[in-house]
Amino acid sequence: MDFAQLLNGFDWFTTMCIIGGVLAVVMPTVGYLTLTERWISAWVQDRLGPNRVGPFGLLQPLADGGKFFLKEAPIPKSADKVFFVLAPAVSMATALMALAVVPWGGTTPPPGPVPTVLVVDGTERAIPGAAADFDRLHDEHAQKFQSAILPGLDIGLLYVFAIGSLAVYAVILGGWASNSKYGLLGSLRASAQIISYEIPLGMSVVGLLLFTGSLNLEAMIDWQKQHGWFVAFQPLAFLLFMVSVYAECNRLPFDLPECEQELVCGYLTEYGSLNFGMFMIGEFTHMITTSLLMSSCFFGGWSLFGLEDKVADPIWGYVVKTGILLAKVVFFLFLYQLVRWTIPRFRFDQLMSLAWKVMIPLSLLHLLATMIVRQYDLNPWILTGISLSLFVGAGLFSVATNAGGNNTPRKRKYSTDLLATAIR
Amino acid sequence: MAIAEAEVNWVSAPKLGLLEQLYLPIVIDGLTTTTKHLFGKKRTETYPEREPTMVPNYRGVHRLNRDSEGRTKCVACYMCATACPAHCIDIVAAPAPAGWTDREKYPETFVIDELRCIYCGMCEEACPVDAIELTTLGDLTGLSREQMIFDKEKLLSVFDQTTKAGTDPIRTKSGALGPASDQPGT
Repeated sequence: MDFAQLLNGFDWFTTMCIIGGVLAVVMPTVGYLTLTERWISAWVQDRLGPNRVGPFGLLQPLADGGKFFLKEAPIPKSADKVFFVLAPAVSMATALMALAVVPWGGTTPPPGPVPTVLVVDGTERAIPGAAADFDRLHDEHAQKFQSAILPGLDIGLLYVFAIGSLAVYAVILGGWASNSKYGLLGSLRASAQIISYEIPLGMSVVGLLLFTGSLNLEAMIDWQKQHGWFVAFQPLAFLLFMVSVYAECNRLPFDLPECEQELVCGYLTEYGSLNFGMFMIGEFTHMITTSLLMSSCFFGGWSLFGLEDKVADPIWGYVVKTGILLAKVVFFLFLYQLVRWTIPRFRFDQLMSLAWKVMIPLSLLHLLATMIVRQYDLNPWILTGISLSLFVGAGLFSVATNAGGNNTPRKRKYSTDLLATAIR
Repeated sequence: MAIAEAEVNWVSAPKLGLLEQLYLPIVIDGLTTTTKHLFGKKRTETYPEREPTMVPNYRGVHRLNRDSEGRTKCVACYMCATACPAHCIDIVAAPAPAGWTDREKYPETFVIDELRCIYCGMCEEACPVDAIELTTLGDLTGLSREQMIFDKEKLLSVFDQTTKAGTDPIRTKSGALGPASDQPGT
């Protein structure tokens, strides 16, 4: 099959319209995320936040964007100019590519395999018309509107992870190409962090795949619609996924690659103007993508306890489903920004020990539990119990061994104790 | 002197309990705190739109107080100019007009260079008749250096303005001249 044949029946016009529509929504959302980020930062600190540009400061993103465009883009003399300019582009491109498969509204799962062979008395008999059935089902599926740029991609989740991990190359490239110590240190941290957190990230969703039997995101949503949300069955997997995703997005408490106090701005140190802006767009787009993923993989995507089926009209149905999904996404985005002002940044060794000593063993154990439940076809609610008891068990284990965030307790000299002894 | 080993009380970090080790309860606790602040009262003062309420003992622009008859209280004794560490007060004294029975002298000119002033309040403390006071006006601006040199009329107008606005300094003793300027026998 050559390339032209592969594209046969591919609707260029619709796809371009959808891409344009998604970009037209995502880009302003990214802009307004920067505004809400600043608002929430301010409100949490009892300040008012940006309120000067336009009513309630609502035009602030425009002002920011205009400033980015008008500023000079400085390139350090000693920087590798090609890669220095390439890195922000990679960051933004990967972030946008990852958006392609994530559904943002109503979808229908692609038809599953059609049995072609019937076994009767130990002999295999071909079912007549199976191939035609298969074609018909696929044609019907292709007719339906799907709220995704690339609907029905069977490696959906894998694709998102693959592209999402590419985003870290932008960070590494940017830090290395800027030929600055701070930039390089930021990049090193990013790479070490990403290889640590990719593992629990991937491992936590394998448990879901064992249930759905498909990497296709539409199929995963469909499974959850029929059986219940995954967060109910695998709460620990959701926790691991969320923590890993925070690390993947370089959000606090895991924003070590760009921590201001130690590394000026990490890999972003030498960047200015729209180069910096593109890194930011990439980062915020990544946040949107991961929020969509969390909603789709663990919180049932566009489903909300059958509420979405109440609307009979197909167009309004899509609107309602999109609304439900976007509400979940907004919640996760809000959580991202709230957590930023709640948990202080981890130390690097704490970050690493959390990934390797806690999250990876836990995700492995959780995967094992899921396998057992699937193998013996147990009630999935049993997995909820296992999931929670694994979580508490890990805590008890840490208490028993006195492990935890601070590793070994160090002996410390306190001057107040000296005073106490002097009095004694 | 080095601390003797016997006197050192070695302590280690406190052991974490189950709730701390689980981490999540503490995170939720923190999230409640941040959420509370999210909707809490904001401390920002929107300054140009809303005048800030200054503390009553703030030391801002000077004013020359008027007595009950609307005349300047100042008796041109040069105490403030002497006390001033920045030498920003310039007074030219003249014999008091014929009708003024309670004093011998009055200031013909009374000029304060508000740019040289360090707003220490020593003039206010030195003044025997409570004629000069520092008000709560903090946003003092001008387009030129000349504008910032306040003469007697300007300083008296500051008195009118602050008294009208009810923003008298907390140190003020309104009414008659201070004890040093009291008439003998009153």
